[in-house]
Amino acid sequence: MKDVARRYGFAATVVMVALTAFWVLVLIILPYLFLVDASFRPSLPADQVGGPNDHYTLQNYLTLLNPNATKEFLFLSIPIHLFVFAQTVAISCLVTVITLALAYPLAYILAKVVNPRTVATLFLILLIPLWISELLRSFAWYIILAYQGPLNALLGLFGISPIRWISGYNGVIIGLIYTYFLFMLFPIYGSLTTLDSNQIEAAEDMGARWWQIHRRVVIPHAKPGIASGCVMVFMMCAGALFVPRLLASPSSRWFTEVIMQWFFEGLDWNTGSAYAFMLLLVCTVFVSLMIRLFKVNLTDIAR
Amino acid sequence: MQKLTLGKILANGFLGLCMAYMVVPLIIMGGAGFNNSRFPSVYPWRGFTERWFEDLWNDQRMLDAGINTFFLALAVVAMAVPIGTAAALLLNSLQSRMRPLLFGILIAPILTPGVVVGISTLLFWNEFNIPAGLHLSALGQVSYIATYVMLLVLARLQSFDRGLEEAALDLGASHGQVMRRIVLPHLYPAIVLGAVLAFFQSVENYNITLFTRGNAQTLTVYIGSMVRTGFTPEINALGLLFILITIAGVVYVEIRRRRNVRRELTLEALAAIEERRDLQGMAP
Repeated sequence: MKDVARRYGFAATVVMVALTAFWVLVLIILPYLFLVDASFRPSLPADQVGGPNDHYTLQNYLTLLNPNATKEFLFLSIPIHLFVFAQTVAISCLVTVITLALAYPLAYILAKVVNPRTVATLFLILLIPLWISELLRSFAWYIILAYQGPLNALLGLFGISPIRWISGYNGVIIGLIYTYFLFMLFPIYGSLTTLDSNQIEAAEDMGARWWQIHRRVVIPHAKPGIASGCVMVFMMCAGALFVPRLLASPSSRWFTEVIMQWFFEGLDWNTGSAYAFMLLLVCTVFVSLMIRLFKVNLTDIAR
Repeated sequence: MQKLTLGKILANGFLGLCMAYMVVPLIIMGGAGFNNSRFPSVYPWRGFTERWFEDLWNDQRMLDAGINTFFLALAVVAMAVPIGTAAALLLNSLQSRMRPLLFGILIAPILTPGVVVGISTLLFWNEFNIPAGLHLSALGQVSYIATYVMLLVLARLQSFDRGLEEAALDLGASHGQVMRRIVLPHLYPAIVLGAVLAFFQSVENYNITLFTRGNAQTLTVYIGSMVRTGFTPEINALGLLFILITIAGVVYVEIRRRRNVRRELTLEALAAIEERRDLQGMAP
């Protein structure tokens, strides 16, 4: 801290510390603590808050396991909210994997195959979908996937009968992949630009097959980008709200929709907080899993 | 050699498909804004119309939501840019073991789902009897948008030569002068980019705004509410407008970049000519 003061002077240091402290405490840490606190308290009418009934309880988390509302899955009957939670996590993982499978080859082609001048132009084009709202990006698919929409019309030309795309989670998966694709592409591309092409050529000269080159040279180098992309895409999918509202059939719900219901329809903020905390927890677990799996650190993930 | 060309063809084909995949949906979305059909669609095509743009222009609720969105975004820029820049400068000159911890806390918001940020902001201020409204949306958005600004400024600080700062101090400049004349001018590109990014991030934010807005409308919330009431091609008209604004922005940035590159090349060429003349002058 002394070093900072010597460098920028006393007044500027005070201002910088004050701004950072405001951010850290008032905008980040305290709100999170209040969220956790609220999630362990019962939902009470305003006049009873702070009264004898206001004590810590696990009740809000147990609501997730409520045995009165269940969903039959295979031969098990699973509490419905837990089922929605598990399904949200599973589909988010699936979307992350598909996005990675599509973005990795594209990132490699952009970084190592196409000539740099073309890449500059291509990136300008890719910036357009990136900077347009997530809502509008998914709205585009709402039009495309409509039962009497352009995609089915196109398939009709090949004699394929119309498909009900927006049923179950199909529409959600298609929409999520499109909406968050670029958040996978850019980090991987970024990590590949620092890979020396000579390494690839050396491997080729030594007789490595293309899949060996990727497994031993390119993928190890791209690890930070892959980890970063996976974390961002998973987090955004699990926390997505508009895409599932727009592109899921009414019976297929997303965990964020359940949270929203507690807040705006159930008016039970405490159970809503508990559910939100579960969502935060699963994202934190995913981040630490990625860090372990790819042996990277937090600095690599945020760039 | 044969195999290499096959690889190239495959690579270019994949590239073309991916580019089409990213762009075609936006063209369809924009195109539906001109279709004379009550529902947003491009198929079947019922003829060209510009009535959805007129509807958009006359939609008072949309206009109000747009104005709210605009001022919300300005407020977010006004807070996120100084906060993010200050934190980056602080983080950059911290040597202690505090640094990784502080860094971890400051990037947490971009790794947190917006729903969670929105809810925790709402709960926190509710505790102090501050009702929901756009002011809370601004605070919630700043908590993660400031992280983007900080990361941009931190990246820019990597190329900063600390020697300049020390030289200025040695030559008797005040700390204020060093900040104004040396540090901030160097950071200027990152700060401008951060401000633009912050503005766009705020405009397109939905999750945080939805939970913290109270009864206020923003563009994203208004569009989101149409999931229940039904969409009209007005949204496509709005979408097309957004696309055009983005394209204009992208083209502007590109023109500036090219001009800078050309100027640098010209300067280099001039320097080379100068140098050669000097050498010739020195020759007997």
